[in-house]
Amino acid sequence: MAIKRLFIANRGEIAVRIIRAAKDLGITTIQAYSEADADMLAVKLADEAVCIGPAKAADSYLNIDGVVAAAIEASADAVHPGYGFLSESADFARAIEQAGMRFIGPSADTIERMGDKVAARQAAEAAGVPVVPGSKGRIDSVDDAVEVAAKVGYPVMVKAAAGGGGKGIRIAENEDELRTLAPQAQQEAAAAFGDGGLYIERSVTSPRHIEVQIVGDGERAVHFYERECSLQRRRQKVWEEAGAACLDDETRENLCKAAVALAQSVNYRGAGTLEYLYEESTNAFFFIEMNTRIQVEHPVTEMITGFDLVQEMIRVCGGAPLSVSQDQVKRSGHAIEVRLNAEDPFMQFMPWPGKVESLKIPEGEGIRFDHFLYEGYQIPPFYDSLIGKLIVHGKDRADAISKMASALEGLEINGLKTTVPLHKALAKDPGVASDDFHTQWLEPWLDAGNLSPENM
Amino acid sequence: MAQILSPLPGTFYVKPSPDEAPYKAAGDAVAVGDTIGLIEVMKTFIEVKAEVAGTFSAYVAEDGSPVTAGQELAEVAV
Repeated sequence: MAIKRLFIANRGEIAVRIIRAAKDLGITTIQAYSEADADMLAVKLADEAVCIGPAKAADSYLNIDGVVAAAIEASADAVHPGYGFLSESADFARAIEQAGMRFIGPSADTIERMGDKVAARQAAEAAGVPVVPGSKGRIDSVDDAVEVAAKVGYPVMVKAAAGGGGKGIRIAENEDELRTLAPQAQQEAAAAFGDGGLYIERSVTSPRHIEVQIVGDGERAVHFYERECSLQRRRQKVWEEAGAACLDDETRENLCKAAVALAQSVNYRGAGTLEYLYEESTNAFFFIEMNTRIQVEHPVTEMITGFDLVQEMIRVCGGAPLSVSQDQVKRSGHAIEVRLNAEDPFMQFMPWPGKVESLKIPEGEGIRFDHFLYEGYQIPPFYDSLIGKLIVHGKDRADAISKMASALEGLEINGLKTTVPLHKALAKDPGVASDDFHTQWLEPWLDAGNLSPENM
Repeated sequence: MAQILSPLPGTFYVKPSPDEAPYKAAGDAVAVGDTIGLIEVMKTFIEVKAEVAGTFSAYVAEDGSPVTAGQELAEVAV
């Protein structure tokens, strides 16, 4: 059954991205929107639009019953969840499946399995994917935590077995600290997720965040190479690259093959990302988690491989086999994406939901701007601050950085504060140029005053 | 009577978390700098602080409601 009517249960730039992909596939698009989003670009671009509730996300974009009812009412035969909101909710995927529609993502069971850190880790180990040494299963007592920590070696990271987003994560340098921190982590996990189970692993020093893009059709999976996403602030990615220049060919090949093995072992359907920590000093990589959705930074992968990942995920979730074999996926050049947030980078990144007075978008070969802006658009204050993504493709990493610097010069968004100054500073930073950074790099760099109006 | 206005557009909350009591109740003393509510703007929570001292009268904006910048949130008798 090929999809004919696609319901988009998301907003912002990803809704626009999904509409474009669906239109290219000849699919009718139905855009969901909250009362605060009636004038957003995706509503204007979609064939049809349906209001799903008030501004508050809990009552609109996160309301499973409401979204499912709206999709049924609109006679949709498939639902695309985008990223964030309900994209990794097994309950949502199940409700869509039970209503006889296609969920553009993996099955509810796969979301559930890969969304649980312990279960995901077991699946990874079973598929031969290296994981950070740690607890074999969930840990419910402090003494068990201490015993495991002694085996894997300090420093150790303590996490909640359920949930995500950094909640409940603590690092203990020694046994005394662990005995203090573990009960706190248990309490926090119980409060946040209703489950006080913990999970302990070796803390990897100065890790780089490297992830592999895969797409599966339920039987076969292919990878689209890796991305480097170590430049992060408060665990949010800021600047992303494809590929990871720090990897040698053999490590890259092993990393990507491991991702495909894991995806195939769980009969993965749709687009997914396997996240790894990479320890440069030892050339070792460790699987950390799988994201069972399309990601914000998917465009850099599209730039270096030439494939449209959103179209491919819609096709396979409509029941078609993968349109591509592994040997057809080739990488060429280097791509960089920067996330533009409506925030004031000179004022502790304070949100700045202003009105777009004027907009000038850079153009040229290898430049792409994914966004949902138009002149006169008032950005609503109720949702994420991401307003767009500037993506460039160069012949190599140095070329891509220089292209990013000039594309940023050509971008003008008047009427609001954005993180453009941060990216301009990063694009001319020697540490970025020499690819000498890791996930703990950007925050100290900001604290050291590398970004100030005087430096611009 | 003095008005406390929202410094930003967003969602207004009268409580620090759903399970807790509101920051202020009618008759409470208000000092300059007291937090009277939260504005959630783009997933960030900003405390709304009183700029006048007096006695709290009432919240004008509802808990969990969308507000605009400059909208009245609460009243304080000075």
